[in-house]
Amino acid sequence: MGLHIVVLAKMVPDPEGPPSSFEVRSEEKRVAVRGLPPVINPFDENALEAAIRIKERAGGSITLLSLGRNLSRAVILKAVAAGADASVLVEEDSLDQALLDSRSTAVLLAAALRTLEPFDLVLCGRQASDTNAGVVGLGVAQLLGLPAVTLAQKVEVADGRVMVERVLSDGYEVVECPLPALVTVSGEVGDLRYPSLQAIRAAKELPQRIVRLQDLEISLPIEAWVETVSLAPPRRERSCRMVEADTPAEAGERLAQLLWEDKVV
Amino acid sequence: MKDSMDILVISEQTDDKSPTRLTLELLGLGRRLAAENNGRVGAVVLGEGADIASRELAERGADLVYFLDNPALSRYNPEVWATLLESLLRRNPASLMLAGHTSLGQDLLPRLAFSLGAGLVTDCVEIRWDGSFLFTKPVYGGNAVAGIKVLTPLALATVRARVGEALPPSSPGGELIPIDQDPPQETRLTVKDRHYLEAGECPLEEARVVVSGGRGMGGEEGFEVLRELARLLGGAVGASRPPVDAGWVPSTCQVGITGKVVAPALYVAVAISGSSQHLSGMGDSGKIVAINKDPEAYIFKVSDYGVVGDWREVLPAFLSKLRELASA
Ligand SMILES: Cc1cc2nc3c(=O)[nH]c(=O)nc-3n(C[C@H](O)[C@H](O)[C@H](O)COP(=O)(O)OP(=O)(O)OC[C@H]3O[C@@H](n4cnc5c(N)ncnc54)[C@H](O)[C@@H]3O)c2cc1C
Repeated sequence: MGLHIVVLAKMVPDPEGPPSSFEVRSEEKRVAVRGLPPVINPFDENALEAAIRIKERAGGSITLLSLGRNLSRAVILKAVAAGADASVLVEEDSLDQALLDSRSTAVLLAAALRTLEPFDLVLCGRQASDTNAGVVGLGVAQLLGLPAVTLAQKVEVADGRVMVERVLSDGYEVVECPLPALVTVSGEVGDLRYPSLQAIRAAKELPQRIVRLQDLEISLPIEAWVETVSLAPPRRERSCRMVEADTPAEAGERLAQLLWEDKVV
Repeated sequence: MKDSMDILVISEQTDDKSPTRLTLELLGLGRRLAAENNGRVGAVVLGEGADIASRELAERGADLVYFLDNPALSRYNPEVWATLLESLLRRNPASLMLAGHTSLGQDLLPRLAFSLGAGLVTDCVEIRWDGSFLFTKPVYGGNAVAGIKVLTPLALATVRARVGEALPPSSPGGELIPIDQDPPQETRLTVKDRHYLEAGECPLEEARVVVSGGRGMGGEEGFEVLRELARLLGGAVGASRPPVDAGWVPSTCQVGITGKVVAPALYVAVAISGSSQHLSGMGDSGKIVAINKDPEAYIFKVSDYGVVGDWREVLPAFLSKLRELASA
């Protein structure tokens, strides 16, 4: 009887894509993403990595839980193959991530988690790379009455408790609480390991369950608490004075001269 | 004037018990918003020795300061804070509650949002009043900027550094109101030891000049050169995320959407490509200088001065010329 860990994983457009692949459509209040593959939100990948490390030491099983529409099976498969044991997809055409606020997402995920009980630990990223909000994890914990610790750089489980190193701006602190609990994970945990081809093949045989809203006895819309009223491209471009010279060293000297003359230094 | 127009700022204190600069900025922001809708601005201070910060906040823009001075509050415990603030807000309804976008604010406000049923906008770079509050924040890692309205009577927001402006002290100060409630004794969370990472010579957020290195620095040795440059310019050393991930510099150096937000007078970006996540943390700097060996690097599009070249060749010449100019 090992631990049952559930990892929440959101599918997002690859946040490391070049700025030109994010086209802001202000009239539609939507970002159209061009030519970028979907990926698991990197912080959720960190959470999965943390879960796998706990499983390696304490034993148990990991369920990956994702919510949305048209979830890429290839992306899920690769994540599961890294070390999960099953996946559950809450999938419905109406689940357009761009239209769900943090509150609605938390309500849906909390309902899905109830169908996965009993679990000991829920892990998720500190924030999603598209909304940059960092609200859903704590919302889920609050709705399920779970104790929650945020911004973990290290997560360990022993004797029915979870020990978390929580990132602070000038260091970290150690926070503990009894299981079951929810922990949000930060990048410091480390990257998700790559699955072997063999593991990817084996993962195809692992159980996958598709959950519909009616299974959760939830109908949309869920009352939202916030609304996006405008979307604009960032104002960040400047006109750059390129320092020309025959060699990089000369350019370095000229830069110094220029900054000095312009009283920048 | 309705009571529900009130704005409440959650204070954070430094180790010497005075309010953080960000807290003073939030108070300035609250004041400005309150002036537009004829509301009052309050602050809440929880902590051991909370009276010290309370007096300062009362002189720096707060009409009222609720405070609870208790040894049990020497360290932030999410459940203790959430319980106390939830009951404070139930007794004294507000229309807007502000906290810094810090490890405390990011942790506390989502809890309050769900216990109070209130809409929350995190990581705000601007808040305006146009009949209701309009919150602005970066999304898609800084590739877009969203304007957000809160649909519930109480709005919550975490706010970045430098969005508000701290007010000078003025007298008479606001009213101090002790909170008449003991901190809950039982919580599920136990906050244990705290570990400090070595900070640079000068804290990043306060620095007038920031010299940052990216993946292209290649290792710890590269950052030695940046430290030298930072010393010469009287600044601090920062980094993009890869050097932090690689362990070349402590994570406290990271600049960006998940690191520190800085806006020095001069930001020097060396071997940094200019990802939107990084730009989101330094895009408001006064002047930006980029040194990068790739002429196509996006960082040049967002900089004021650019040098194409290997930093190993550019920096030594840059440094010695600066020394020469400074001593002339
Ligand atoms: C959710 C999320 C959050 C993130 N948060 C942050 C954050 O807070 N801060 C952050 O910085 N990043 C963050 N990132 C990472 C970000 O997306 C980029 O990967 C990162 O900023 C790239 O860092 P870089 O520019 O140093 O590296 P690269 O993009 O690899 O660029 C290196 C640059 O160095 C140049 N170079 C190489 N060698 C030399 C040389 N010898 N001389 C001169 N130039 C050279 C290259 O031309 C290149 O332009 C985040 C990512 C995600 C997904």
